[in-house]
Amino acid sequence: MKPAAFDYYRPRTRREAIEVLIEVGEDARIVAGGQSLMAVLNMRLSQPRALVDIAAIDELRYIERRDGYLAIGAATTQAELLEYDFLADDVPLLAESLPWVGHFQTRNRGTVCGSIAHADPSAELPLCLATLGGEVVLETRRGRTRRIAGGDFFQGILTTERRPDELITEVRFPLKQEHHIYRFQEVAMRHGDFAIVALAADIGEREIQFGVGGVADRPIVRCLSRDDDLAEALNVLAWSLDAQNDAHASAAYRRHLVREMGRRLLAGETTEEEAADVYPSR
Amino acid sequence: MNSQVSLHDEPRTYIGKRQSRVEDEALLRGLGRYADDLAIPPGTLHAAVVRSPHAHARITRLVVDEALKRPGVRGVLTGEDVKLWASPFPVGVRQSMEHWCLAVDKVRHVGEPVAVVIAEDRYLAEDALEAVEVDYELLTPVVDPEAAADDEAPTLHEDVASNVVNDRHFRYGEPDTAFETAQRTLSLKVRYPRNACTPIECYVVVGQYDPAEGGYDVMANFQGPYALHSVMSRALQVPANRLRLRTPPDSGGSFGIKQGAFPYVVMMALAARKVGAPVKWVEDRLEHLQAASSATNRVTTIEAAFDDQGQVSALRFDQLDDCGAYLRAPEPATTYRMHGNLTGAYAIRHLEVRNRIVLTNKTPTGLNRGFGGPQVYFALERLMQRIAVELEIDPLDVIRRNLVPSDAFPYRCAAGALLDSGDYQRGIELGIEQGGLDELLARRDAARREGRRYGIGYTVAVEPSISNMGYITMAQTPEERRRAGLKNGAVSTATVSVDPMGGVSVHVSSTPQGQGHRTVAAQVVADVLGVSLESIRVDVELDTGKDAWSIASGNYSSRFAGAVAGAVHKAALKIHSRLVSIATQQWKVSAEDILFSEGRVYTQDGAHSISFHRLAGATHWAPGTLPESETGGLRETAFWTPAELTAPDEDERINSSLCYGFIFDYCGVAIDALTGRVEIDRYVTLHDAGRMLNPQLVDGQVRGAFAQAVGAALYEAFHYGPDGSFFSGTLADYLIPTTMEVPDPRILHMETPSPFTPLGAKGVGEGNNMSTPVCIANAVADALGDTVEPGDIELPLTPSKVRTLMGIEEPPRPEGVGEDSTETTAGGGSTLAASDDVEIPASPQRVFDSILDPDTLQAMIPGCHSLELTGENAYRADVTVGVGMIRARFDARVELTDLDPPRSLRLSGAGRSGMGDAEGAARIHLTEIEGGHTRLDYDYEVTIGGKIASVGGRMLSSASKMLIGQIFSRLSHQMSGAKVKRSLWQRIKHRLIDRGGDA
Amino acid sequence: MYIRHDDRHQVTLTLNGSERSAHAESRTQLCDFLRHQLGVTGTHVGCEHGVCGACTVIVDGRATRSCLMLAVQAEGRRVETVESLGEMEGLDDLQRAFRDHHALQCGFCTAGILMSCHEFLRRIPDPSEGEVRDMLSGHLCRCTGYTGIVQAVLAVARRRQNHREEEQ
Repeated sequence: MKPAAFDYYRPRTRREAIEVLIEVGEDARIVAGGQSLMAVLNMRLSQPRALVDIAAIDELRYIERRDGYLAIGAATTQAELLEYDFLADDVPLLAESLPWVGHFQTRNRGTVCGSIAHADPSAELPLCLATLGGEVVLETRRGRTRRIAGGDFFQGILTTERRPDELITEVRFPLKQEHHIYRFQEVAMRHGDFAIVALAADIGEREIQFGVGGVADRPIVRCLSRDDDLAEALNVLAWSLDAQNDAHASAAYRRHLVREMGRRLLAGETTEEEAADVYPSR
Repeated sequence: MNSQVSLHDEPRTYIGKRQSRVEDEALLRGLGRYADDLAIPPGTLHAAVVRSPHAHARITRLVVDEALKRPGVRGVLTGEDVKLWASPFPVGVRQSMEHWCLAVDKVRHVGEPVAVVIAEDRYLAEDALEAVEVDYELLTPVVDPEAAADDEAPTLHEDVASNVVNDRHFRYGEPDTAFETAQRTLSLKVRYPRNACTPIECYVVVGQYDPAEGGYDVMANFQGPYALHSVMSRALQVPANRLRLRTPPDSGGSFGIKQGAFPYVVMMALAARKVGAPVKWVEDRLEHLQAASSATNRVTTIEAAFDDQGQVSALRFDQLDDCGAYLRAPEPATTYRMHGNLTGAYAIRHLEVRNRIVLTNKTPTGLNRGFGGPQVYFALERLMQRIAVELEIDPLDVIRRNLVPSDAFPYRCAAGALLDSGDYQRGIELGIEQGGLDELLARRDAARREGRRYGIGYTVAVEPSISNMGYITMAQTPEERRRAGLKNGAVSTATVSVDPMGGVSVHVSSTPQGQGHRTVAAQVVADVLGVSLESIRVDVELDTGKDAWSIASGNYSSRFAGAVAGAVHKAALKIHSRLVSIATQQWKVSAEDILFSEGRVYTQDGAHSISFHRLAGATHWAPGTLPESETGGLRETAFWTPAELTAPDEDERINSSLCYGFIFDYCGVAIDALTGRVEIDRYVTLHDAGRMLNPQLVDGQVRGAFAQAVGAALYEAFHYGPDGSFFSGTLADYLIPTTMEVPDPRILHMETPSPFTPLGAKGVGEGNNMSTPVCIANAVADALGDTVEPGDIELPLTPSKVRTLMGIEEPPRPEGVGEDSTETTAGGGSTLAASDDVEIPASPQRVFDSILDPDTLQAMIPGCHSLELTGENAYRADVTVGVGMIRARFDARVELTDLDPPRSLRLSGAGRSGMGDAEGAARIHLTEIEGGHTRLDYDYEVTIGGKIASVGGRMLSSASKMLIGQIFSRLSHQMSGAKVKRSLWQRIKHRLIDRGGDA
Repeated sequence: MYIRHDDRHQVTLTLNGSERSAHAESRTQLCDFLRHQLGVTGTHVGCEHGVCGACTVIVDGRATRSCLMLAVQAEGRRVETVESLGEMEGLDDLQRAFRDHHALQCGFCTAGILMSCHEFLRRIPDPSEGEVRDMLSGHLCRCTGYTGIVQAVLAVARRRQNHREEEQ
């Protein structure tokens, strides 16, 4: 289980990185933390001609609170974000969901932007980005940038709006809004596994942005009104996701979780597991 | 001479103590020497294995020319070479079916080795894998064991009339009468899934061939049993002394699984012969999960005859064991390992058994911790729980009523097991009291009052250890056994030597896999010879060319504490008695007066004393001063086999193991109402494994087995599609529990020494693999209550499965939302079907014609580099298929058939790539709609096999939907005159560089 | 930096405090480089897809899967492996606790676990059992059932905490 051969580029600046992308284009893969890509390369499910390693680009390593959003550079790791002192104040949904992302060891190298670029439909960070209505910032030649809303960025399974000559330079998560409540809940087979169903909610005074991961081919967000019949809205949502059976969970189970876990999440009820606190066991 | 010294008389400084391990320092400092850490001979080449992406196919063509041209490739071993230099492996039943180390004509499971590429390093070897061209003619796979057993099912091995390759009936006592006269009977059909204990270290083999001697020398982390050495040497067509098999000092776990390394020992030996150089192969995780080994999945129908109090008079077992594609030695041992003790811890005198072995298109099965136990107890203990439910009495009462009485030991079971020792009643009472059952019952009551689902499960089991070599012959008829020569026993081997400076060295042929044999062997010898533990060196490497070994050598059937430590004891006693005899002659004292301790040998009265190293050293330095009976030198090898392990008798009774430990387990589980997740509230496990040689290691074995059993109960299973595709190819698919999923069990002990082993110890390593899965299942059944069909309690009890059993009441699908999903159970599948439509701004006739036009067709297919006409509406295409970062280049055939212009046609394609194979067809219907436009409806079915199915299961459905959708949206773009988007890179590529479009 | 796919590149890094260098291709996994080029075989390889954790080493102070990192990516970095642990030819407190709590059997996964614990305890000196289990969930051990490992880590944390308090 060894990767096929590839040319390796390690640019020092974003400009340099983009130039390489323009030169090598579609046959290049960008690697930052490599926590998804390296496994795929080892299995030879991908045999790119070139690897463009952006992990050493210092100018892309930052967490900055700006006007209304938290900007996270493309070389910033998940661990660095989790250790950011103001995370719970700035973007509480991230503080809730980041511990669900992989493990301590993979968060040490895995980047925030990398997870979003990979667009795994079960991953937590794309779900949060879409739910909060964040943005992805892409840059191409001569400093031209595009900003794409999180909801539009994910185009399907492992597929995004990024063009081959574009580099994701940062993602932007909107800062906590006053009087909003943020909640996250996930069911996975084991701790740290890909979600069977992950739910994220940004509960405002009138509206709820409700995101579902792990079910459709991308994170799906619906705006629910607090005046709606939530049970009915969740049922419509559950059925609209084209849930699939796989080896670990049935489609009906996934729909059940969207409806029932969704209802409890919105109502702020703890699950029985949390309430019973049966772990660590006696 | 005092050779009768029993350890009870010896000072016990070490035996029975919680001694920390002599192994640990090296392992903790990264100085372990595992197979992949050892130096290899200069010029060693590296192997990668070409494997079948199909479950059942005939190999019609295999060409290696292209692979041989790849950089660094030095040779490719194929079935042709294997036929020339080797033989098929001997098989345990009389059927004409062949299993070779490489496929020679057919492949019968996904991942079956087809060829071996040998290159200068592993990276280069893998580079050349996809250059080995293999054409397959697909055959109908059989996956489900019951379907495979059907007379009409396609057969895996043409020369065998049925996939049921062995079918045996046994009758003990008078089961028919018992069933006829019983107050009640109850039957239960259960299935035990495929799983494996998956060590973290995979297989490693380094093969060498010596043409001068005509022999092979192979280093492998093979774990035994060494009965398989004869299987390997026969396959290699050499006498056993021309196959030197060596094991490394350390092993990264096995749990039975590394028995399955033996076909690779033969394969890499032949690979070395092929290239004239040593060849090393390190199995990777995908190979391991897909094709190494597995527990046998079993379908059991079990039936009990019992009275109104729950006293069971008779049992019937109908066991259908799925051994996969080949009956690989020592199978069908899984079926017979438990045979003598099929009645468990119960005194049930009447027994009827039917055992069938069926082959299916799955990985061959083999040794796996618990070996037959999890399967048997899952049926037996689920049935006992059902009897209690049926009678509305406490399950513990049913258990108590049927236990083997305390005064009946040694107890001969109906099928022949001689339960060596125990006090099961006391075990139950001890477990109840010390485990806190009352508290657990109160917790259940409290939980239920709150409306929560909480259940308690119980299991009792006997844990067999030190298997009888003769049990495997139970698959044969008595007549066949007689003709083949009766087999029995379990020879274990140990050597103790003392060097000229008095240092003690011990060698055991038990090939440990992490259990701490070096520590325990040192404990035993230290006590016998009165030297310090630290002064003893224990060597556990096994070299069949130099060391003492026998067919029962190796690491299996929990034989170390009972048998191997006994052999160590025996060898140490031989040294002891020689030294005693020297001392008695020199000091003119009697043997009873001589003591060994703290590095000295002395008389009780203090009159004589000499250091151990002086006394022992004399055998080397001054043999002339010794009694005449002394030969000089000091090295003793002991072989030990217990008399109780006799061959099967005329009535087909078999004492299948020497020792039978006792286990009493119970647990409380809570089921989350929302998620269906099973949370283990408390798990209590009581063990009587005879005398504990090192309680710390005993607890370690219990905890390890328990964790694996939690995996088997709740998480782990090898998933196969209906076409035999394999879906559990990574450790993100095959779910080994982590520290978050494994609670700490409450471990209790009692000690009833075995009268049959030298130290009174029994095996303890496998018990929880046997008892825990069913105990958890019983607790889940108790929690779910009567609403659940008993046979539906199937492992692993995943949240989705449990929640489904609780009943998911779905509100109806709102009008116009989503698609109908008829399936409600998990399972997935490699065959994916769906339908969709797309509108095209052109008339049906134009659309139809366009599809038939090669240029449009090429433009429609995403990533199509070239399209070459090979027949009428048939093409060969070079296509790069990609979803996100995952990409593969397919050599594909595309065909348009069933043409009904301008209404419908069929677009089909099949392709293969290094990543796997895909085949699919879309039925296309064209309907004219408003404005002269066309609505194109399509429904498709796609089958995906090979690596991509093994590792990408959860994404296949969405990915194929997206790719198929792209074909038709590109057609729509094409027809609307809009240019099909050519990516920026494609444009740049044509302008700047072109390296052949190697995507 | 640019390395052609068929070039061999001289990779220089600080391994356990000493500068070491050897050749690697662009595609060479860090775990292979450490084991087979630099000869530190204490780091083991169990899955090559980042799940089992056996190959975990510390890179620039962070526990990292060495199967998910290329040798060339370690250029110029500080890499610590299990061979760096220990005091004066003996075991350090963490290693001793592993031995005392029977936290290993076959020992194959142990090196990676030790490296994770090493970083974790530096970062979180006073962890709860839940935190320890969460950190350890990035490692698969097939032998021990984890109990001994959890106990060992908690015991070391307590002992170090006591030490710190005594010193103050």
